[in-house]
Amino acid sequence: MSNLPNETLIPHIGVVTDVRIDTPDVKTFRVVAPEGGVCFKHIPGQCAMLSIPGVGEAMFSITSSPTNTDFMEFSIKKCGCLTSWLHMMEPGQQITIRGPYGNGFPVESDFKGKDLLFIAGGIGLAPLRSVINYVRHYRSNYGKVDIVYGSRSKDDLVDYNEILNEWCNEEGVNVYLTIDREQEGWDGHVGFVPNYVKELGFDTNKTAIICGPPIMIKFTLAGLQELGFDKTQVFTTMELKMKCGVGKCGRCNIGSKYVCKDGPVFRCDQLDELPNEY
Amino acid sequence: MYQIEKARLGELFARIAASGELILPVENNGTSQYGTWTPEVEVRLDRLNTVRSAKDCFFPQTENLMGFQMKGKEISIIDQRKPCEPFTVFGVRACDAASFGILDRVFLSEPVDTYYQSRRLAGTIVTLACGEPEETCFCSVFGIDAVKPGGDVSCWLTEDTLFWKSLTEKGDALTEKVKDLLTDGDEAALKAYQEKISAIHEKLPLKNLSLEGFNGDATEALFDRPEWAELSEACIGCGTCTFVCPTCQCYDIRDFDTGHGIQRFRCWDSCMYSDFTKMAGGNPRLTQKERFRQRFMHKLVYYPANNDGIYSCVGCGRCVAKCPISMNIVKVIKTLGVKNHE
Repeated sequence: MSNLPNETLIPHIGVVTDVRIDTPDVKTFRVVAPEGGVCFKHIPGQCAMLSIPGVGEAMFSITSSPTNTDFMEFSIKKCGCLTSWLHMMEPGQQITIRGPYGNGFPVESDFKGKDLLFIAGGIGLAPLRSVINYVRHYRSNYGKVDIVYGSRSKDDLVDYNEILNEWCNEEGVNVYLTIDREQEGWDGHVGFVPNYVKELGFDTNKTAIICGPPIMIKFTLAGLQELGFDKTQVFTTMELKMKCGVGKCGRCNIGSKYVCKDGPVFRCDQLDELPNEY
Repeated sequence: MYQIEKARLGELFARIAASGELILPVENNGTSQYGTWTPEVEVRLDRLNTVRSAKDCFFPQTENLMGFQMKGKEISIIDQRKPCEPFTVFGVRACDAASFGILDRVFLSEPVDTYYQSRRLAGTIVTLACGEPEETCFCSVFGIDAVKPGGDVSCWLTEDTLFWKSLTEKGDALTEKVKDLLTDGDEAALKAYQEKISAIHEKLPLKNLSLEGFNGDATEALFDRPEWAELSEACIGCGTCTFVCPTCQCYDIRDFDTGHGIQRFRCWDSCMYSDFTKMAGGNPRLTQKERFRQRFMHKLVYYPANNDGIYSCVGCGRCVAKCPISMNIVKVIKTLGVKNHE
């Protein structure tokens, strides 16, 4: 059927080449095209539809940076039917993949030359990791980088090794980790992310990028505003149920905006203009 | 413009069907539904509207998208798309004909939905003017003229004559195939018929329904209106309104294990259903109020916001006639609109 036009709903094959156990409920899957390399190009913050035929298909953020052309990575939390199946995969398993979908972060416009403040909670680090590693790759295009990352416990920090061994050792990058409750073997900060951000008290010339559970985003945004940040300086990325990924199946809209194509990245003042239904 | 005696319609249908499937309203247990013409079917052009709209012809209720073969850890994807054979839909009312333009803006915008596109390219639409509109009709509110119903060919059916007027290249091609059955049309007779039915349309009770207050910028003004609670209170979430609606286009994609491979299919879905937006992490539309609001906000505000102010309703009246609790878009417009308060 080679004479038929390209159809976005028909996926490509992806091969899982590596499975990394990040936390008790998060695994990071490395995916390559059957001929090697990435299945398609993307920009940080964009997403892909992954599927195991017969089980289902769902949207996941691409956690690897586009500067990595050898493979794509997806950090996936086990929380439903498809993700439970994905967690059972072993290297060599094929999946289907289509994309990239969504707008991505404005790494080549709004973010350029700016001091960047990344704030993530739990699995919310996954979409931000793509931006962080992109910024690290093109280091001279951006100002200072601050990363505040928190999770329930030390064991729930995703990408902990990369954070400790790479991010923490890089000049011009400050990493602030926190966990919700005291834990044996943890001598770092304890407390919720929104409070920690306020304690740290960042300069208001920074551009902030937040991702995490909705409640964490809400309180962090309020905290940033208390510090003097304007909503136009704060970006976040959303997630709603999706089937098509291209604004046609009709379920991921917030008002007239479709998260799959108009988002998932929104500036917080733009989000304010949408009805409160997310 | 051409015409043919009503008594010879069977010959016309046979001729059209000779060069591809002919789909038209047929008798179905006391109602009419679009079905394939055969010499045996009972064609029903007398009833105003089919139970379900003509969108089925281009966006069927279920369709297979692709197949998969799973072998160990390997997957092969089977593209099952086939070129769509030419077909004709006859007897489409003006409201349904207008709905195709609304669906086109969804499915034919980039990236194009090739399943829908192939049917649109292959289908020729023959419309039929409405001589006996019902009280639930309000297409004129959306600028649709049921006296001049559009499509590739427009038809008018009087007591004894069918008038036939081609409007597009596809219409010309179809006309060419049936031309020897047609005679030159009596323009004066057609005009007289059009004037007669225009007068009926002028008297429809919902003709003056005002859409003032509904537009792409009205989200803020309408979203938090307290009336949504009362309007949606009795909604049982059956989804009938979405299934009979010619412009509802939300769909689901699911997989089915056939026993000899996986079939991925698409089927109509409804924003009125509780699991439509349900995720492992929660549901942004928790109660029927939010789902009900979504449906009407989409038709009257969100769709216009993204589509040059065009509403995603054609006033066919199917939802008005079919809702089991008698709640419908007319009541929503009357309740929340700027005018219409009785």
